Amino acid sequence: MSSQAESPPPVAGTFPQPEEDIAVRAKALEALLVEKGLVSTDAIDQLVSAYENDIGPMLGAKVVARAWADPAFKELLLTDSNAACRQLGIGGMQGEHMRVLENTPQVHHVVVCTLCSCYPWPVLGLPPNWYKYPAYRSKMTREPRRALREDFGLELDDSVEVKVWDSSAEIRYWVLPQRPAGTEGMSEQELAGLVTREAMIGVAEVEAPSGRS
Amino acid sequence: MRRRAAEPEPGCRWAAEGVGPVDGVHDLGGVQGLGAVEREENEPVFHSDWERRVFGMMLATLGQGSYNLDEFRHAIERMNPVDYLSSRYYEHWLHSMQANLIAHGVISAEEVAEKAAQVRRDPGAAVPTRADPELASTLLGLARQGASTAMETDASPRFAAGDKVRTRNIHPPGHTRLPRYVRGRAGVVDHVYPSFVFPDTNAHRRGEHPQHVYSVRFPASELWGEDAEPGEEIYVDLWESYLEPA
Repeated sequence: MSSQAESPPPVAGTFPQPEEDIAVRAKALEALLVEKGLVSTDAIDQLVSAYENDIGPMLGAKVVARAWADPAFKELLLTDSNAACRQLGIGGMQGEHMRVLENTPQVHHVVVCTLCSCYPWPVLGLPPNWYKYPAYRSKMTREPRRALREDFGLELDDSVEVKVWDSSAEIRYWVLPQRPAGTEGMSEQELAGLVTREAMIGVAEVEAPSGRS
Repeated sequence: MRRRAAEPEPGCRWAAEGVGPVDGVHDLGGVQGLGAVEREENEPVFHSDWERRVFGMMLATLGQGSYNLDEFRHAIERMNPVDYLSSRYYEHWLHSMQANLIAHGVISAEEVAEKAAQVRRDPGAAVPTRADPELASTLLGLARQGASTAMETDASPRFAAGDKVRTRNIHPPGHTRLPRYVRGRAGVVDHVYPSFVFPDTNAHRRGEHPQHVYSVRFPASELWGEDAEPGEEIYVDLWESYLEPA
């Protein structure tokens, strides 16, 4: 990463607005909207709780594990992702039109949103900061191999084709990672425990559990 | 750049409502020099309580139709570019939510400034609680069910999978979902999607005007020339009017 050292990181640690000032603005706006009857504090509490506790990458991991275990489900997931997810009771806002891309030894898919922060909420939850901040969004369409190597430690063989998906419209893409070797005897639940958010964005592979490979 | 006459709070700078800069700083594909991707180990969903409140308020106001998602995105794009690059993600949301609520007359800039001053005078005072179980249930339902922007059109798709297309080299004033790095470039239609509300008009309340959307495949060399990485293709989802036959 020495080649990038001349560029100061634009995000973490360089925010000029003090956190306290933003907190005041947020509190003022909430008070105003509550007074006007436009929002309710219980609605905010419940929405926050849903995305903090219930809707997150463990749901996507469950779908991936099912696809690894069940070929018919995998087929459905790759042709009609929403129908497959609905079978597991998964779906919702920012995932109305999802499409799952299968990583193979020959093809590696990776997802980005260069214009904003589009992301499949129902399966991955809310995106991490690195997905939303400028560095990732700027470099992933231009030099994905280098970014995967330098920023994520993922070295792809030159023979692997890289396909980058810019979520510029209403389709929300995510990745079905390759099932690691040595997981043949594992249950779906155990498999789901291996699957990371990063693997479903396409910036990592799923690692075999330690002690097996 | 046009600015609002009154900034409700310091650090809350945005261009006047309506049409913002054509080629904004948000359009980041291919920009260089923005540093390393910084990842946080075990990153929490929210980093502070104000982020939680901003997230919830945004879904609540969006869900009740105070503004649409395209307007929400466009107000973020109208942020001062320096602020855009140097602010926290949910600051963008706070900016946009407030800008939209003010632009549509739901609240006024003066009210916001007055309320912020009041909060500063009495920082310990809690936000008044207001319960509205029906609203909470509606919004939770929306989060669980989603709200598609797919919309039928009488027009049949102009392009089919395999068609060679070229993106138009257009710089429309206001919101667009045609990224700068693919304008005027040749690609191949990979997939035909249903028709969706057109953000370029919907962001300005000029109608929903649904159009078909296409996944268009570009070889990296078409976008980045001889500096492109080998064996790379970029797929971008584009509304029909961004494209012409090639």
